[in-house]
Amino acid sequence: MSTADPLPAALRADIVALAGAELHPRGAAVSALRLVQEHFRWISTAHLHEVADLLGMSADDLDGVATYFNLLFRRPVGRHVIMLCDSVSCWMMGRDPLCAHLCRTLGIQPGETTADDAITLLPTVCIGHCDHAPAMLVDDALHGDVDTTTLDRLIAALKEQP
Amino acid sequence: MPPSDRPLTAMIDPAAGPPDCAAYERGGGWQATRKVIGTLAPADVIDIVTRSKLRGRGGAGFGTGQKWSFVPREPASARRKYLIANADEMEPGTFKDRWLMEGNPLQLVEGMIIAAYAVQAGHGIIFLRGEYHLACARLQQAIGEARRQGWLGDNILGSGFGFDIHVHSSAGRYICGEETALLTALEGRRATPRSKPPFPQTGGLWGAPSVVNNVETLSNLPHIITNGAEWFLALGRGEDGGTKIYGVSGRVRRPGAWELPMGTPLRQIIEECAGGMRPGYGLRALLPGGASTAFVDTTALDVPMDYGAMEKAGSRLGTGMAIILDDRTCPVGMLHNLEHFFAQESCGWCTPCRDGLPWVERLLAAIEAGTGTHEDIEQLGRHTRMLGPPGRTFCAHAPGAMAPLASGLKLFARDFAAHIAQGRCPLRHAA
Repeated sequence: MSTADPLPAALRADIVALAGAELHPRGAAVSALRLVQEHFRWISTAHLHEVADLLGMSADDLDGVATYFNLLFRRPVGRHVIMLCDSVSCWMMGRDPLCAHLCRTLGIQPGETTADDAITLLPTVCIGHCDHAPAMLVDDALHGDVDTTTLDRLIAALKEQP
Repeated sequence: MPPSDRPLTAMIDPAAGPPDCAAYERGGGWQATRKVIGTLAPADVIDIVTRSKLRGRGGAGFGTGQKWSFVPREPASARRKYLIANADEMEPGTFKDRWLMEGNPLQLVEGMIIAAYAVQAGHGIIFLRGEYHLACARLQQAIGEARRQGWLGDNILGSGFGFDIHVHSSAGRYICGEETALLTALEGRRATPRSKPPFPQTGGLWGAPSVVNNVETLSNLPHIITNGAEWFLALGRGEDGGTKIYGVSGRVRRPGAWELPMGTPLRQIIEECAGGMRPGYGLRALLPGGASTAFVDTTALDVPMDYGAMEKAGSRLGTGMAIILDDRTCPVGMLHNLEHFFAQESCGWCTPCRDGLPWVERLLAAIEAGTGTHEDIEQLGRHTRMLGPPGRTFCAHAPGAMAPLASGLKLFARDFAAHIAQGRCPLRHAA
């Protein structure tokens, strides 16, 4: 599914249903954007306009929401997203050298995507895994007590996944 | 079955996963819902919770029964009302609500039913932080099962009282933990805080009466209703009743979270539960209740971790989740990391916070890198006085950001001076 394609009918129906469950359709703004992102990995301007129409919002207004939240991506990301926790417990337990190792291994800086489109590295605020710092979120899964060995193993596994 | 002295976590077994409805009932669950819906008036529920002295466990510590008492009394049918679980746990150092939601989501569901009945709300929302995927899945499963078994829906236990819950998975902004910003987010807008009044209890989500309670607060309710206000009060060691989920992160032997009597001293939490410091590390200071609380040093280790005692010690209970600063970590670097977080997460709504916090971050970065000056330290002090006291900014974000900095400037004055005198971080360049 290309991001140039319009929203699929089923996705549009889901968004309409979400909007219908709210007292006002715009209450579904974040949930609808999350659905689009789950499908396309990011929220393109064309899709944002479509969602805004479905929710009866101006596209500017919805873009204000889409650019406000840390987990909504207005730029393309790779097939997998690694979010290394930036927060204080992880920082104290070795987050910075881990980030440097990750950047060297992947050949990218935080905020960038590998050339094969496999992995995007994003900084993030506390992910609530402080008892297992340093921690990171890989797609939907939390990983704690991360060291360079576990990190290398994880990256190798991610690169093999479609 | 005698009541547990660790009611919140009695049914949590990470190896087995969360209990289903039947297991939850076998462990004492649903008794409170039956009692409330079958035998108590909403005012009775508010009275029990007020007498239990349950205070909000999200950080602010407001009286739960008192908060509910501000909600207009008409029944749900007369006026749309909302009960919202604040599960947007983004305070650095804090992971207690995730543990409760992943471990026993039905306990939160039952707590929400009780709170909703007390204020006669028909609509429940769990405002969940977006990164908590496992908690989201488990909550959805628990809500679905509770709905199928009649604990949620139009006519709970045939009482005529209707209440249902849906999970709103947020998308990551610290300010959403502030209750009015959370409401703004639910309305599909940028999550900026609102001025009060109107308070949410009278004019909240979509202008309707709304109660916002923290996950741990709500999870206490089934136990208070089942076992009584006096039982709950007796669980605490001091003035505040109940237990508290305390936690420790940093260079201790066993970082983690534990349910202990409210008012347990820091020393017991750090030494007995967390196993003390790791070999080769000493305890220098700590943030007792998460990132937005003031540092205390080792002289505060015997202070009971409750609302009043921590305030007397110059800090706050906050979320009760302590972050340890060890003697080999640079306190200036730690403060820089903390203020980077607060600067990044400022919602940008009011100028002092939007512009002041990045300024603070830049000053700390310069001092940490060895290019700072004594004037920079004075400037940081001025910022703590401008942004720290309540009322200078729109919400409590900037005052929260200034709590660790103001205390850190005093406690770590020598470290700041050494950075400037040596033109580098003494700890990073030691040895």
